[in-house]
Amino acid sequence: MTLDRRSFLKLVGAGVGAAGLPLIGRAAEMMPKSGKRVVVVGGGYGGTIAAKYIRMMDSSIEVVLIERGDHFVSCPFSNLYIGGILKDLSSLTITYDKLASNHGVKVVQAEVTGINAAAHTVMTSKGDIKYDRLVVSPGIDFRTEEYAGYNASTAELMPHSWKAGPQTLLLRKQLEQMKNGGNVVMSIPLGPFRCPPGPYERTSMIAMYLQKHKPKSKIIVLDANPDIVSKGKLFKQGWAKYYKDVIDYRPAKKVTAVDNNKMSVLVEGIEEIHGDVINLIPSQRAADLAVKSGLVGEDKKWCPINMGTFESTIHKDIHVIGDSSIAGAMPKSGYSANSEAKVCATNVVALMNNRDIVELSGINTCYSFITEKEAVSVAAVYKLDNGKIVGVKGAGGVSPDLSTTEAIYAHSWVKNILTEMST
Amino acid sequence: MTIKWRGWALATGVLAISAVAQAAPPTPAMLSNACAGCHGTNGGSAGLTMPSLAGQSKEAIEVAMKKFKSGERPGSIMGRIAKGYDEGQTSAIAEYFSKQKLHVTKQALDKAKIAKGASLQESNCGRCHIEDGREGKDDTPAMASQWLPYMQMQMADYLSGARKMPEKMKEKVDPMSKEDLEALLHFYASVN
Repeated sequence: MTLDRRSFLKLVGAGVGAAGLPLIGRAAEMMPKSGKRVVVVGGGYGGTIAAKYIRMMDSSIEVVLIERGDHFVSCPFSNLYIGGILKDLSSLTITYDKLASNHGVKVVQAEVTGINAAAHTVMTSKGDIKYDRLVVSPGIDFRTEEYAGYNASTAELMPHSWKAGPQTLLLRKQLEQMKNGGNVVMSIPLGPFRCPPGPYERTSMIAMYLQKHKPKSKIIVLDANPDIVSKGKLFKQGWAKYYKDVIDYRPAKKVTAVDNNKMSVLVEGIEEIHGDVINLIPSQRAADLAVKSGLVGEDKKWCPINMGTFESTIHKDIHVIGDSSIAGAMPKSGYSANSEAKVCATNVVALMNNRDIVELSGINTCYSFITEKEAVSVAAVYKLDNGKIVGVKGAGGVSPDLSTTEAIYAHSWVKNILTEMST
Repeated sequence: MTIKWRGWALATGVLAISAVAQAAPPTPAMLSNACAGCHGTNGGSAGLTMPSLAGQSKEAIEVAMKKFKSGERPGSIMGRIAKGYDEGQTSAIAEYFSKQKLHVTKQALDKAKIAKGASLQESNCGRCHIEDGREGKDDTPAMASQWLPYMQMQMADYLSGARKMPEKMKEKVDPMSKEDLEALLHFYASVN
């Protein structure tokens, strides 16, 4: 009903901020809108690219990027810090100053508290911001309610490290402080989750660390999935070659409960497994903001979208990109978010200029390290088929083997993609 | 709700932009932007082993894609990516990047090697790598301002036989010392 009303107001030429709409006028409006404006929420792999490309494609559109932090730390490559290949997170950290100076993106550091789709308004800790179109790239949050005993202190005791930053540092610190002979336990949730090969790369990196610094220790991997989710053959090959006695991989072991005091997890509520370090990666869903704003679908987890434009099928004029969205065959990866952002930007600009939308063409590329010098990769090309994103047949796939070449290219991958996000 | 609104718009004779808008096939920009995550915005690479595509010749990109596709040229993911595009799309991507402004890299290079390379390049390579490597004859790639590590990797692949050298290049490269080749790469990396 609100949508009908808003559309009506728009069609008859009345301002969107017309009196009578709920919530408007409650908080102070900041940055009053004069011309066409797109607001982008989230300064990660998706949001930075959407903001930049919209400005590159149509500089008459004002773009406001709202991000709670003043920097962003990349999840891709953060496992290399945990394993000790990277000495700090500086090479994985970007700021937003050049998006502002090079492209005129208006960066607002604030917490988004809600979205009023009917009023085309984003509520933030600093005030309300209006938009013509909104691009949301909020990432993931955790379904911790699925783990009995999980409480506010669990993430400090059993870090997920699935959002890069303090959690990454914490896991590394716990590994360093662990006694030689202690056990690391990793819990992998059922998919879909952010970065399908990520847990297995992390397993490799932790095994590498243990082998070098804690030779009496091992890592027990409790995977809720029936088998390795991505690049399975290559990871198994790498583990057999390098970490035979370090990795104890156990498929179909779903953790259902945690015990903070005993530092243990419970598999299917029965089998108790103790860890000196526990990396509990909880099952996931679209970020809280997406859930709170009613952007998730019937599964209550992920955001359904029009796969051609990334516009929400629930709320008009709101586009959802990156890990939160249901993007067909495109995985929840950094490169996918980058690629999706450009498709979304193209079509946001088309829609705002009354032009035909352009059919999606996308790519995913992803490298995972097995050792310091050897990596594996997966790639795919995507197109739209009957409104669904599908992989182009005959293209894509995994690297034939682990190799130093893959590792060398991986380093260039991260340099390029983070540069693209921040310049 | 969308259906209801559209119904209303149609009924009242007002047809506004909406999700029903016509979709045009992927444009050159749409196709090429997907490459920029690894090759940089508009094809200007920041990754030392990935080539800039900005300002590269159309023919060179087309041939590179063809060779990746067939497996003739080694690489990481490019063979798997190239297979995702038909000839028309490949040409569109190649043309798009060829029209972008040359990406000038800032890299630490050896001045003595640059000077030596400069003295070697004209007589040895200049017939195909024209304009100091800013352009290429036919499908010869432009090399101006490419990352040194990228060119070193390619040269290593040429010398090992992993990447096949064109006959004319082989005639020139075979008699050259490793130091000469290294100097040439420093020279081309320095051109902007």
